[in-house]
Amino acid sequence: MSSAPKPEVRSSNFFDADAARRRCLGFRRRILAVSQQVQALHVAPAFSCMEITDAAYHGLIRRAGAPSDDTFLMSKGHGCLAQYVILEALGVLSSDDLAAYCTPGGRLGAHPDYGTPGIEASTGSLGHGMGMAVGMSYGDRLLGADRTVYAVFSDGEFQEGSTWEAMMMAANLKLDRLVAFLDLNDFQGLGRTSESHPAFYPVLDKARAFGWEAVEVNGHDGLAIVEAVRGREASDRPLLVVCRTVKGKGVSYMENVPIWHYRSPSPEEYRQALAELQEISG
Amino acid sequence: MRNTFADTFYELAKNDRRLVAVVADISPAGSIAKFRQEFPDRFINTGVAEQIMIGMAAGMAQRGLRPFAYTIAKFSLYRPFEFVRDDLCYQNLPVTVVGIGPGVTYSTLGGSHHAMEDIALATSIPNMTVIAPCDPEEVRAATRWCATESQGPVYLRLGKAGEPVLTKDAVEPFEVGRMRVVARGTGTCVIAAGPILGLGRLVAEQLAAEAGAPVTLVSAHTLKPFDTEKAAELLRSHQRVIAIEEHVPHGGLSSRLKEVAWDSGAKCELRCFTLEDAFHHVYGSHADILSAHGLDEARILAALRRPAQVPAG
Repeated sequence: MSSAPKPEVRSSNFFDADAARRRCLGFRRRILAVSQQVQALHVAPAFSCMEITDAAYHGLIRRAGAPSDDTFLMSKGHGCLAQYVILEALGVLSSDDLAAYCTPGGRLGAHPDYGTPGIEASTGSLGHGMGMAVGMSYGDRLLGADRTVYAVFSDGEFQEGSTWEAMMMAANLKLDRLVAFLDLNDFQGLGRTSESHPAFYPVLDKARAFGWEAVEVNGHDGLAIVEAVRGREASDRPLLVVCRTVKGKGVSYMENVPIWHYRSPSPEEYRQALAELQEISG
Repeated sequence: MRNTFADTFYELAKNDRRLVAVVADISPAGSIAKFRQEFPDRFINTGVAEQIMIGMAAGMAQRGLRPFAYTIAKFSLYRPFEFVRDDLCYQNLPVTVVGIGPGVTYSTLGGSHHAMEDIALATSIPNMTVIAPCDPEEVRAATRWCATESQGPVYLRLGKAGEPVLTKDAVEPFEVGRMRVVARGTGTCVIAAGPILGLGRLVAEQLAAEAGAPVTLVSAHTLKPFDTEKAAELLRSHQRVIAIEEHVPHGGLSSRLKEVAWDSGAKCELRCFTLEDAFHHVYGSHADILSAHGLDEARILAALRRPAQVPAG
């Protein structure tokens, strides 16, 4: 593990929505910069869950990176650039780590690896995060640890039977310290989820039928995400926050265009993206 | 074996709160039932859902616990295979996957319940340790090792119930990672992995009587890491080595011995008796199904009287 300093980042009760917007703008620009170093995979999936990840780290998790911390799991491992740039800002990862992203000398790949500072589970193969999150949360209870597990899932990942096995078990065990965010961006490998899997909706009803609390929010509104978690009724149920998002959010030509699941922008496209991310900064 | 495992687990878990049992809808044998009563929080039944059994075990191990995931071999390893690979092995977590009734143990339940390829599957994954104890005494030692010493994932392949003790007078102790000489002889050596060492002993006794000299009997309980050094020594010091295993011909004990034989330039005769590379739609006792695959004393002895042939692909 790294000996990098892990500054204490305790969230205050006040979540500054404007500060969050500015942070996320900077994080998107940082991700785009990384995308110019290598053929960065998964820019659009990271943009999709940018506000969710930021809200978790800056509004919910009590301290980032230390062992006694709340846990953050990027179950949709392909969204990990969103997590890497936040961990960099928190000093858990270094700029050298990001500079060596997806290169032989580095330790960061296109999916998170257990053992990397700030990364608590290896994900990437979809459908694994919920089970591990359930095990972690139950383990915390057995050990008497005061800890919440926050995890981010893709809508495609909710087609995995293993996710529902784990959700059923989470409800059986009354894991009220488990909070799942569903990054509902309506896109997966072969196109729109709503077209290939219309029976997936409404998601809220399905989660509730499985014994979960479930709320739906605008997934690009950090304050709404934080309030959905903080403001929940006292309950012995796990919580699913369904976050309506836009894949590639923030860059016009990336939004809802499937190729940006994998592609890095050309230098010209990069300049355009930066310009757009300036504009929305106000 | 199941009961010995349960007794051992219970005795250890009484004093070690890191030990947790995660089962998938299998009736808890012997002392596991006692464990469940006394420590209900540490007995988790995921129901007929094996992916969450493994996923949960991984998550708990990431919190410092030492879970045992326990069900019928076919369902503890095959059904959640990718979870075993990614969650347990890729992350190198100390979780023991217990497979009950491997091979064709469930002899009346048909092919859907036969785990004939489990050693090939389990040994193929990096970081995985694979242990197949031959009798209740080895189960006790192996369970203790998994609970207290292992640093990563283990596939612990147990039999079912009622297996005899084979190692009471063993000349070597049980040690994970070391092939174990149970009886020392000359000329011929019989090596087996798991409870089928009982058949190996019958064959060895018959061959000893025919030759008028003792036959070496070896428990190859650890399939991974495989004790290549001891295997090479046994291949070097005997004229004939006979491997017997309840596993398909590829990827198990026989395959490993043949690899070591080549690598070490062995000159001995090496004869391997395994399950056939086939699904036999036969029902009956465990011995009946083994026999349908050619694994009984008479068939093995008859085959040994014939010259060795390169088996068909």
